Amino acid sequence: MAMEAQQHQHTAPTGFIRKYIFSLDHKVIGKQYYFLAIASVFLGMVLSWLVRIHLVWPNVHVWGLGALSPAGAPGGVISPEYYLSLLTIHGTLMVFFVLTTAPQAGFGNYALPIQIGAEDMAFPTLNMLSFWVTFLALCALVSTLFVEDGPPISGWTAYPPLSAVGSLAGPGQGMGQNLWAVSIALFCIGSLLGALNFITTTVDLRCKGMTLMRMPLTCWAWLITAILSLLSFAVLFAACVLLILDRNAGTSFFLPSGLLVNGQLQNHSGGSPLLWQHLFWFFGHPEVYIAIVPGFGVISHVLSVFSRKPVLGYKVIVTCLLAIGFLSFTVWGHHMFLSGMSPYSGFLFSIPTLIITIPATIVSLLWLGTVYGGKLRFTTCMMFALGFVSVFVTGGLGGMFLAQPSLDIFLHGTYFVVGHFHMVMGVAAIFGMFAGTYFWFPKMFGRMMNERLGKIHFWITFIGVYCIFMPMHFIGLEGMPRRYSSFVNDLMQPLMPVHKFMTIAALITGAAQFIFLFNLFWSMYKGPKAPENPWESTTLEWTVPSPPPFDNFGGKHPVVYHDAYEYGDVHNGKDYVMQTDPAGQPAKS
Amino acid sequence: MSSSSDGPLTAATAHGGHDIPSWGGGSLPYAVPSKKLGMWLFIVSDAITFSAVIFAYGYLRLAAAAWPRPFGTPSIANATVMTFVLLSSSVAMVLAVRASSLGKVSGAVGWLVATALGGVVFDILHIREWLGLIGEGVRPFHNPWGTPMFGAAFFTMTGLHMLHVTIGVVYLLVIAVGFGRRKFSAADVEVSGLYWHFVDLVWMFIFPLVYLLSAKTA
Repeated sequence: MAMEAQQHQHTAPTGFIRKYIFSLDHKVIGKQYYFLAIASVFLGMVLSWLVRIHLVWPNVHVWGLGALSPAGAPGGVISPEYYLSLLTIHGTLMVFFVLTTAPQAGFGNYALPIQIGAEDMAFPTLNMLSFWVTFLALCALVSTLFVEDGPPISGWTAYPPLSAVGSLAGPGQGMGQNLWAVSIALFCIGSLLGALNFITTTVDLRCKGMTLMRMPLTCWAWLITAILSLLSFAVLFAACVLLILDRNAGTSFFLPSGLLVNGQLQNHSGGSPLLWQHLFWFFGHPEVYIAIVPGFGVISHVLSVFSRKPVLGYKVIVTCLLAIGFLSFTVWGHHMFLSGMSPYSGFLFSIPTLIITIPATIVSLLWLGTVYGGKLRFTTCMMFALGFVSVFVTGGLGGMFLAQPSLDIFLHGTYFVVGHFHMVMGVAAIFGMFAGTYFWFPKMFGRMMNERLGKIHFWITFIGVYCIFMPMHFIGLEGMPRRYSSFVNDLMQPLMPVHKFMTIAALITGAAQFIFLFNLFWSMYKGPKAPENPWESTTLEWTVPSPPPFDNFGGKHPVVYHDAYEYGDVHNGKDYVMQTDPAGQPAKS
Repeated sequence: MSSSSDGPLTAATAHGGHDIPSWGGGSLPYAVPSKKLGMWLFIVSDAITFSAVIFAYGYLRLAAAAWPRPFGTPSIANATVMTFVLLSSSVAMVLAVRASSLGKVSGAVGWLVATALGGVVFDILHIREWLGLIGEGVRPFHNPWGTPMFGAAFFTMTGLHMLHVTIGVVYLLVIAVGFGRRKFSAADVEVSGLYWHFVDLVWMFIFPLVYLLSAKTA
């Protein structure tokens, strides 16, 4: 282990490589994770464009794709198999390298140590290793686009037997699937190292006065997410090791006997594809909360700041997040209602799934209660936070249908599921990231982002995601199956205009993200200089210069006297009390 | 953390920990130094990885129509000796931690090397056994007794454990050298002990699940 001999450096390193590449500074590592996620999200988005385009214009020539994959897309026309390859990489990139990476490892790395008054993470070297292992994982995944057969066709869930039998099963199932499995195994290691670092930091490095119940809700969310990561990625790691053995050492963990693949009888016996599903979803369901809980934290935080009111029910939110975290380990079977498990098991998994809606609903209502009666400041950040509540509730409602085996029998494998998880896990988490970006950008880069561009970005995105993902629910109810590459000559033909609408909405909404990208990089160099505390917020990161010095607090040790959300009562012309203000009066909430 | 922990271990940190030199932010809330907590968390996640593999083994073994029971008395005896060696090395580890916390550098280094030696003997006995089984025709995908998954489960579980033992041997030797040169503290020795005891504990699950459950019945 790299845990030995890690001393906190008190002087900033000079030299480009130690400062920006192999940096031990949590702020630099947070930014590295953030930009890794930005790169992944735009690549993933372009892949989703190709997927959407192929669905409605199956014969269109996509420029450049023929050169990238002569076999998968001859002349730029996407083949049905290559459609699945693109889908796999889109899903894997988005779930692992965007939703798992940016909210937790990106913003968490950047803001957590400052918010709890620490100079750095508990294990800076380990932190650097986590990032570089994750980076290697991304390289392994992206390289599948360039191997001969292309990326695997088995989807981001990599269900066996398809994922376990090798190149005979189809394009991408040889080298592509091997690289996928190695990539995910590496990603697990990076996440595990990151998680234990986060937990240790939160437990051990809080400054004087920063009790657990004075921590900003962001820190609670990162702590709970880290615990989920620690407990769930370990299982996915084991599953990936077994998958790699099945593919390369001839074992049959996930392969039953008598398997015919493309007419050839496989020499495997004794395994079970269901075993993979159990192991995968034991990770996979907590993973949903790994993606969204940091968003819960950011949104709770931001709503309070821009409503100028304390968070309503701080302790209740903490309790609900803990409850959600615990319950997320008891519900994995709801992904497997149609896998042939006993209906009694289905019932058993259905109950906790429905129970999770209770803490989730309480948290959503507390957000509305936080905003209610506040002096709202409609910054872009605030708008994305409100948008988060909207898309999270909308997407979450679909979950109550899917949680019930009787309904899921019909809805399973349709676009209803696609609409549901994109809304509640994808879009909501990404809104959380946008809120986090617009909120912490001044601290991270020392400049302000452009609000006008931000608001244009918000409105197009907000309306756009509803145009893309709401119709998916309806065509899912009509029975349209997911993962079909095209619906030509099919009874689904009457629904194609809806698909066309969604594709156009996806192209426009995706294009609007380049406004964000422009705003991000333009503001980084040309934005107006940010003051120390542009949002008049109370937490520790706003007590230090923007951007903060290398050791965060310039050699001082902050002392905390107040809760994180003391807004509203006016003292000395200010309607907020900094956590570090020894003289401030506690707000009456 | 190095200056505080050469004395009697945890005496300072367990009761409020007011002498943590590198951090002025107050006492450690749970009196667990970061490295130790980090190792505990690693152990939690690693235990879950082992649990997943053991779960897979149980899942497939229960589903199988028959499972080979090839381990005769010599194999069980060999595995028992391996268990004894590993458990003894854990005793040596305890003595290493004790010596290091009392500041006895050469004693601590000696016991650490003895612990690592136990790991090496365990590995040698294990590899010898692997080679014997491979000689009998056991492969991850085939074995002489039917149910090919037997070999897969056996090699995966014991292989994963052997990897941990091997990493542990290297880790302990690094700590031994570092402690001898006063680069590492008694706390570092104790943390390496946590890892070693964990690896030992995992074996206490693998030994009955893999060997005793597959012992030849008369």
